[in-house]
Amino acid sequence: MALTTAPGATRRTGPVAPTPSRTAARRAGLGRKVRDNLTGHAFLIGAVACFAVFSWYPMVRGVVMSFQRTRRGETTWVGWDNYSRIIADPSFWTAWKNTFVFTGLALVLGYAVPFFVAILLNELRHAKGYLRVLVYLPVMLPPASALFLFKFYAYDPSEAGLFNAILTALGLPTSEWMQSPTMTMPAMVIASTWMNMGGAVLIYLAALQNIPGELYEAAEIDGAGVWRRILHVTIPQTRLILALLAMLQIVATMQLFIEPLILANGAGTQDSATSVAYLIYQHGFFQNDLNGAAALGVIMLVVLAGFSAVYLRLTARQD
Amino acid sequence: MSVPQYRKVAALALATGLGLSLAACSTKSDDSSDAGGKVTITVDCQPVGAQKELLKNWNDDVAEFQRQNPDIVVKSVSVGEQCNNPPDFTARLAGGTVTDVFYGYMTDVQQVLDSGQAMDIGQYATKDTIPTWDSVDPALKEVFTDGGKLYAVPVKNYSMGLIYNKALFQRAGLDVDNPPKTWPEVRAAAKKIAALGDGIAGYSEYSAGNTGGWHFTSLLYSQGGQVLSADGKKADFNNAMGKQVLQNLKDMRYGDNSMGSRQLLQWGDLLTNAGAGKVGMFIGAPDATQAIVSQFQGKYQDWAMGPLPGQDGQAKATLGGGEGYFFKEGLSPEQVKAGLKWLAYQKLTPGKGQFDYVRAKPQNYPVGLPQPLLFTNGSDAQKQELDLRKANANVDTTNFAVFEANPVPIKGEPRNAQAVYAVLDAAMSGVLTNPNANIDALLKTAEDKVNQLLAAGS
Repeated sequence: MALTTAPGATRRTGPVAPTPSRTAARRAGLGRKVRDNLTGHAFLIGAVACFAVFSWYPMVRGVVMSFQRTRRGETTWVGWDNYSRIIADPSFWTAWKNTFVFTGLALVLGYAVPFFVAILLNELRHAKGYLRVLVYLPVMLPPASALFLFKFYAYDPSEAGLFNAILTALGLPTSEWMQSPTMTMPAMVIASTWMNMGGAVLIYLAALQNIPGELYEAAEIDGAGVWRRILHVTIPQTRLILALLAMLQIVATMQLFIEPLILANGAGTQDSATSVAYLIYQHGFFQNDLNGAAALGVIMLVVLAGFSAVYLRLTARQD
Repeated sequence: MSVPQYRKVAALALATGLGLSLAACSTKSDDSSDAGGKVTITVDCQPVGAQKELLKNWNDDVAEFQRQNPDIVVKSVSVGEQCNNPPDFTARLAGGTVTDVFYGYMTDVQQVLDSGQAMDIGQYATKDTIPTWDSVDPALKEVFTDGGKLYAVPVKNYSMGLIYNKALFQRAGLDVDNPPKTWPEVRAAAKKIAALGDGIAGYSEYSAGNTGGWHFTSLLYSQGGQVLSADGKKADFNNAMGKQVLQNLKDMRYGDNSMGSRQLLQWGDLLTNAGAGKVGMFIGAPDATQAIVSQFQGKYQDWAMGPLPGQDGQAKATLGGGEGYFFKEGLSPEQVKAGLKWLAYQKLTPGKGQFDYVRAKPQNYPVGLPQPLLFTNGSDAQKQELDLRKANANVDTTNFAVFEANPVPIKGEPRNAQAVYAVLDAAMSGVLTNPNANIDALLKTAEDKVNQLLAAGS
């Protein structure tokens, strides 16, 4: 049907309808959008429901619990009491110190080693695929199994232990490993790095293979050696992936839990393995203090959110 | 149906299905009675599927109990590790998913009361529901009593003694019928056993997973000490007796090198070593020998038991603990009575359930261990139980004769036991892993922590 009058003209000359409010207009628009994308919204409902029930509600519940105290089935609001109590716990600062030490060591070892392994693998001309599989194999081992291997064979404090046998063969003094307060953290980082290295190596390899070969050729023509090529081509070209993995590494390592639980049977020698996540577990499940555990969980959430915010800000600037 | 329509229907079906499944996740307890007027109760700690004989025994007991009580339906639940793993138990308690009649350690009383999930069953626990009730040791009932209200029925108890490996004693030239009675004697025997070499520890001790604190408490009791003050409000181990406990261990570990090199042991670690014949002595309850045999491939004939050693003579006291069944808040009186009847049948009747020694004997479950002792000395139930036990013993009861002939006064576990034990692990691991450990500092730190957690009311 052909229009005899332009719609716009009709509106201008016809009776003046009451002007719909912006909200109503938006609502009508929203309704139409939902109708037009029913399939997408139906899927969205499922995803949102899953997140709401299994992710967001527990988080909100945890925050609420951190301001409450439950005794004899009665819940009361106690303000910041749980927080002050948790901060006054003598293990609180020990746990944070241990967690930061682990994160620091993990950044030095667990972050740098996979990067250099990836560079090495990338440079290889032969047996590349075979070696990639070998590097990735530990990732397929369940973490608990891998840690039990370290606990009972590698870190056996007697001379029969794998690492001690190697040290003895090299004429070096043996270590008590997990039984020594000073060795607890390095030992946990070594085990953790071995377990998780494969995944990081694969990501680095993918990033390295995206670097145009001409850049290396140009650097070589300019007389750059291996180190200068790494410094001036490899690292700048992979900086975004490096930054991302650094952030993921910080967030993951700060949630240190399974290593203390299995390698150190919990707190380790004189709290040397107590991490923040383990302290949460200790409060929640051994000290009958779920509210204190919730408060500590919220503190941890805030710290990790802080790190994530810093990361987002830094990467936004880089972009 | 066109493709877009098909996609829309599929998406809606998916979303609806998800919604329904989420709705199904919400827990709802069983109705207390069905259309036939039967009372239904759920109970936990049904043996897991891998424990075929135990599971069959349990199912037989349920069937027989229901035959005798046709108006009661027992729905039993296997909760895996809940029945011997404190964190699992706490999670169920916090999540409100405990069964109507649920199991807990004596150390869990405070936690259960704090959760508000247990009901007072004092008015229902009588001879009518549990025929042997008057024979049950009042001290055990007292453990589950708070403010004059009874919250659980005791079903098992234990006390600690010195468990030793007769085979290693023989090899070390020690008298297998005369175990050490004092800590200096333990030290001397441990040195001889460790001298056998081959990675054998003369004496072994826990220091992780709360078990270190548990054993520290028992060792402190042997000295005559207590972990908390009488009112339960202050730590009371930073004293000469607490120091003596740690000094004994430090001397054995580093002075004599008789405790093996691997420390930070928790429950299964020590028993694994014991099952492998690498432990000469350790302190434990009689049923530790059962675990060594059933879970860690040891042999009953290798293990014997004496009383807990004292410092210069007999121990002043030993740690006693045990287990019971709580009743979930909100049950109907019929359900409580049905639960009590079930417990009476399965746990508190000589010749039935856990005391069915005629059934257990050919199945090679140990009969003849000196515990559990649930009934008062001299009571009818105790006499019946002891007679049945002797008549059907399948372990060498002489291995426990010294332990039984030298009873040590039993002292219960402290308030907030698990939390206190967790703190004391650090003191134990300190002296067992550091040759230069400062005992005074370890005790002071542990004292501060315990006082703080008591002050916080956790």
